[in-house]
Amino acid sequence: MWRFVLGRLGGMLVVLSLVAVLVFALTRAAPGDPVAVLLGDQATAEDIARAQRLYGLDRSLPEQFALWLRQLAHGNLGDSIFLQRPVTQALWERAEPTTLLALLAVSIAALIGVPCGVVSAVFRGGAADQLLTGFAMLGASVPSFWFGLVLMQIFAVSLGWFPVSGYGEPGASLAERLHCLVLPATVLGVLNSALIIRFTRASMLDVLGEDYVRTARAKGLPEHRVVLKHALRNALVPIVTVIGLTVALMIGGAVVTETVFGLPGVGNLVVSAVTRRDYPVIQGALLIVAAIYVVINFLVDLLYTVVDPRIRA
Amino acid sequence: MNPGTVRVPLVVRKLFSRRIVLAAAVMLLVVVVVALLAGPLSGLDPNETAVSQRLRWPSPAHWLGTDELGRDLFARIAFGGRTSLAIAGLTALGAVAAGTVLGLAAGYFERLDALLMRLVDAMMSFPDILLAIALVGILGASMLNVVFALALVYTPRVARVVRASTLVVRELLFVEAARALGAPTLRVLWRHVLPNLVSPITVQGTFIFAYAILAEAALSFLGVGVPPEIPTWGTMVAGSQAYAHQALWIVLFPGLAIIVTALSLQVLGDGIRDLLDPRLRRTA
Repeated sequence: MWRFVLGRLGGMLVVLSLVAVLVFALTRAAPGDPVAVLLGDQATAEDIARAQRLYGLDRSLPEQFALWLRQLAHGNLGDSIFLQRPVTQALWERAEPTTLLALLAVSIAALIGVPCGVVSAVFRGGAADQLLTGFAMLGASVPSFWFGLVLMQIFAVSLGWFPVSGYGEPGASLAERLHCLVLPATVLGVLNSALIIRFTRASMLDVLGEDYVRTARAKGLPEHRVVLKHALRNALVPIVTVIGLTVALMIGGAVVTETVFGLPGVGNLVVSAVTRRDYPVIQGALLIVAAIYVVINFLVDLLYTVVDPRIRA
Repeated sequence: MNPGTVRVPLVVRKLFSRRIVLAAAVMLLVVVVVALLAGPLSGLDPNETAVSQRLRWPSPAHWLGTDELGRDLFARIAFGGRTSLAIAGLTALGAVAAGTVLGLAAGYFERLDALLMRLVDAMMSFPDILLAIALVGILGASMLNVVFALALVYTPRVARVVRASTLVVRELLFVEAARALGAPTLRVLWRHVLPNLVSPITVQGTFIFAYAILAEAALSFLGVGVPPEIPTWGTMVAGSQAYAHQALWIVLFPGLAIIVTALSLQVLGDGIRDLLDPRLRRTA
């Protein structure tokens, strides 16, 4: 058990350091001198040199990397050039809409995806299966911004059931903020349910062919007990993984939906940082988003050992 | 078989024996043909504005109506499709090429495996679209940079699949035989391993083509992709969204073009995969 956990922990740390290297390399790959871009045409050579010293850009790349790592170790992601405040603070202010959106959306996706996947597997080859498999493929082909705009036209503009965009006035209650999240969460939830349907179906099909399922049927258990208790519980491991990773990927990956609905989330922050060339924000946001993914991945792996003790070996 | 009929290879006949796969292939062909030939056929100019004709409902003169500047929507979708398809196609090619090299190296050379695969893990910890946005933002928005960024984003997917298949193929007897005969490593990889990976690579390439259609549209929609003056399916939706409440079709039709193309590609990719791996076949 502990060997398994330590092994996974080691793997996670390696991936995290590679993520850090990638993020660092990415922002240094920018063509031209970032400081010159930042200060604009009016800057004198002296201004540029001063700013370079300030950001440590006059040192060698390994030195810059070490400097950046040391800052990271202190939980310091640097300061946003445009917003004039620490990147951590800017990210923290954007964390709530993104997190709530991801959790709501993944709940919708799981509520659609798991039952549909089970039905699809049980009635394999039948009309329901073909319909659901078709839906799953359609879900993976619809652009989220398009689906969002269409839903917005129908439910916000025409029917007026939901706000068109934004996250409520400052100081809006939690209920009002959640109200703003209904449409975007539906967009993400419906589209992402496609993946969960596929995984649930595949995983259930694997399990339904197992001997113990045949045994359960042979001893005369009602079919719904065979499916839900004997099959679904054993099929859960890959399903839990895909649900966990969907949450992780939505933090930052929901950027398009956030933009359509004008939600002040993390994805939105990155898009505006990109258009303003605010490198510390891009760098910090990428790092945090990827780190969340890696950590959730690790936690899901640990969860495996709880769900399925055979993996500990 | 009659002497006059064209001989269709068995694989292709099997692939298209499922009607849905055939339908997808036909749809895809229609999209490509329209994109390539629309200009000469319709004689329409995608950028010709006619303000008096703006936001018109579809009619015989404008099959899919007109947008907020009176430009013909059908012409724009056709011309935009050319760009969207070119970007997605080049992305798929780039990702397949880079991913194959990486995957082969990781799968064949044990010493490289751990490092390369951890690198792949690290790259896949970024949400696709966020990494693409950051890359394009840093490199500058242009068609070529969008292709480069998206190819880089999808390379790890190909690498994973190629590595997994390489691990299986390299243990096969004919690979061992080739090595025993003293064939140079590159030759073993090129002549003996790679040909056996063509099918999984094709499947991945098809799926990445579909994802890239969606990703390009998303990037353009966010205004960090192809410059807005070049019509693509994404820039069309982005440019017209402010008028969606007056004329929903100007958002609807480019979106439908994206959906039809991405869906056809995925059905086709799925069909190829089912054909190659009977265990995954949908119908029992």
